[in-house]
Amino acid sequence: METAVRTHAMLCGGTGCMASGTNKVKAALEEEFRKKGIGEEAKVVLSGCNGFCAKGPVMAVYPDETFYQDIRPEDVPDLVEEHFLKGRPYQKLAYKEHEKRIAIPSIHDIPFFKHQVLVVLKNKGLIDPERIEDYITMDGYKALSRGLTLMKPEDIVKVVSDSGLRGRGGAGFPTGKKWELGLRIKSDEKYVICNGDEGDPGAFMDRSVMESDPHAVIEGMILCGVATESHKGYIYVRAEYPLAVKRLQIAIDQCYEAELLGSNIFGTGFSFDLEIYQGAGAFVCGEATALMRSIEGKRGMPRPKLWRSAVKGLWDRPTILNNVETLANIPQIVLNGAGWYRSLGTDESTGTKVFALTGDIHNVGLVEVPMDTTLRRIIFDIGGGISKKKRKFKAVQLGGPSGGCIPDEFLDIPVTYEAIKQSGAIVGSGGMVVMDDSTCMVNTAKFFLDFTADESCGKCVPCRIGTKVMYDLLGNICEGKGKAGDLAVLEDLSQDIIDASLCGLGQSAPTPVLSTLKYFRREYEMHIHDKWCPAGVCRDLSTFFIDKKLCKGCGACLRACPADAVIGEKKQPHTINQKLCLQCRTCWESCKFDSIKILPATARDAGDAELEYLAGISAGRAGNRGQERVVRR
Amino acid sequence: MARLSIADLQNVRDRNKATFTLRKGEYKAKIVVHMGTCGIAAGARNIMTVLMKEIALSGREDTVVKTTGCGGLCAREPMAMIELVDQTPVIYGNLNEEKITEIFRKHVMHGNPVEKYALALGGETFI
Repeated sequence: METAVRTHAMLCGGTGCMASGTNKVKAALEEEFRKKGIGEEAKVVLSGCNGFCAKGPVMAVYPDETFYQDIRPEDVPDLVEEHFLKGRPYQKLAYKEHEKRIAIPSIHDIPFFKHQVLVVLKNKGLIDPERIEDYITMDGYKALSRGLTLMKPEDIVKVVSDSGLRGRGGAGFPTGKKWELGLRIKSDEKYVICNGDEGDPGAFMDRSVMESDPHAVIEGMILCGVATESHKGYIYVRAEYPLAVKRLQIAIDQCYEAELLGSNIFGTGFSFDLEIYQGAGAFVCGEATALMRSIEGKRGMPRPKLWRSAVKGLWDRPTILNNVETLANIPQIVLNGAGWYRSLGTDESTGTKVFALTGDIHNVGLVEVPMDTTLRRIIFDIGGGISKKKRKFKAVQLGGPSGGCIPDEFLDIPVTYEAIKQSGAIVGSGGMVVMDDSTCMVNTAKFFLDFTADESCGKCVPCRIGTKVMYDLLGNICEGKGKAGDLAVLEDLSQDIIDASLCGLGQSAPTPVLSTLKYFRREYEMHIHDKWCPAGVCRDLSTFFIDKKLCKGCGACLRACPADAVIGEKKQPHTINQKLCLQCRTCWESCKFDSIKILPATARDAGDAELEYLAGISAGRAGNRGQERVVRR
Repeated sequence: MARLSIADLQNVRDRNKATFTLRKGEYKAKIVVHMGTCGIAAGARNIMTVLMKEIALSGREDTVVKTTGCGGLCAREPMAMIELVDQTPVIYGNLNEEKITEIFRKHVMHGNPVEKYALALGGETFI
């Protein structure tokens, strides 16, 4: 006789958790269910990305609404015995707040989930992304049926305009305006493109949406086709997102089979075709016009923006290009109305935004919040604050290589397009890299410049050569070869690159340098004039020195040092042999008593008295962390 | 999947309702079976199997079944609590296969608690 299913173990099948071993856990769970005789009652379902990537593999159990993290195959027997058989939350794998021992089993009580508002990610962890039935059951394709039968294209454009939705790819251009133009322009052939070429280091929002809810993107695209009277769509995804490509392709095939794609959808006479175009992974192809050249089979390079793509885009036909997240918002807006969407966020920045929260924080993962949420709430409440015990918040990098680093005095601004822009960064596609005070800002700027210099397509000279020159200058500064006047050259060059580049890549490449120069100028000056990297990141600009007054002789640094440069007896203050020291900073990180000071490179040959003096300055002025900076010049 | 019409979409939703009743927590009846060591020893495992079969047989899609540990009244195991939405939960004790079948058919299906098997009114706190 058939039995009903009483519980669903929704195991996360996102890329992050898959890499941490989801498949092994799934096999172990199924095996254990069989052994315990509940194989029929309990079902394991692979869901899309749950968002809590740091603690993967993660699992949510329904109807108990219990959350488990860091599941290893060897824990599975106990977990099944406790939770699935005896109905007690298995404490060992439940979420525990940082530095607290109390387990929080209920998914609704965990701060990471509690403070989020899900619109784009509303199906995350609830559906199997490879089953169209799951999506349909969660009101999927309801918006499309409404859009095709009850609404005219103008009505759809109007509801999108009224909702205030703005492009989630970074620039924040009003989506309704784009669609309106797309509808107004008459042409025998128009295209809809979904931009899934997500390339910012540390950003994975679009990948997650495509992996966990591919049908939402497809429904948004068909609705865009209806609204702009176009009948052909492309999803541009980078080939390095294999799982996203796979799940999108499964979803497209399912749609063709159910005739949700193809000709005469729902018998209304409207037809729409959709295919995936895999990009080769060039960052510049995330730029709309370069992306279109790439689909045409040409080299991905941007064109001057003399006309909009909605007028003349792909193959010189009107083309509406939207970001993955923007499109995933559309079905919700059509279904629930513009007023509902406007009730989230602020007047100018409506709705919610998905952020990829990474860096030196506890809860690395994917979060969706209304756009009036403050940075502090995202970083400290949802993200759980800085992960290392002794470290403090230093800056947050918003918007990837095109964005900027902003310091703690901006923590209370909301994440709206306007407020973030005013602070010197951009919302961008939603990358959010949190940095603690062991980060060197000059080195961070150098990292992003390295990325943009590498990814510049080479069409505009200021971008191609300018970013390289800037990168070399920053390299010199980090190696102790910085000269007075370098900062002025950097600023000057930045302006030239911004003014004379065709596309967003060049126009925003200097932002990381400009924003760090604005908020952390003192750190640059210390690098150049004092040959001192106060965070101890730049090896040529730091000397590590043990303050004898603070050292307890615990031996932590002695054991940690890879070069055997630390010497000293137990319970006696240790010293560092500067001839052997590699400036790797390991000792500094291992010290529990803050007794290791970071001094300028010149201190290596200094006598004891001078070192003591410098350590005093270090403690009093720059501190161990180099926090001091000129806020606004 | 064959061609979907707009009406078919609704059919798919109805067919999958049970699955999402579980995941979204929108249920009308909740049954909690005590599955502590004492409960299992007294035969709670069997009660659960019978319940799951009864649910499949009845085709009810708005019922969830949970498990919990020992309730402290080990002598009366196997025990189960049944809670219909907006009604006081009822705890049943000394269950066997016939009793739970009768209780399911009367209480869960028709909303009539079976007094002769009832131990107490009122809920317990569960996960």
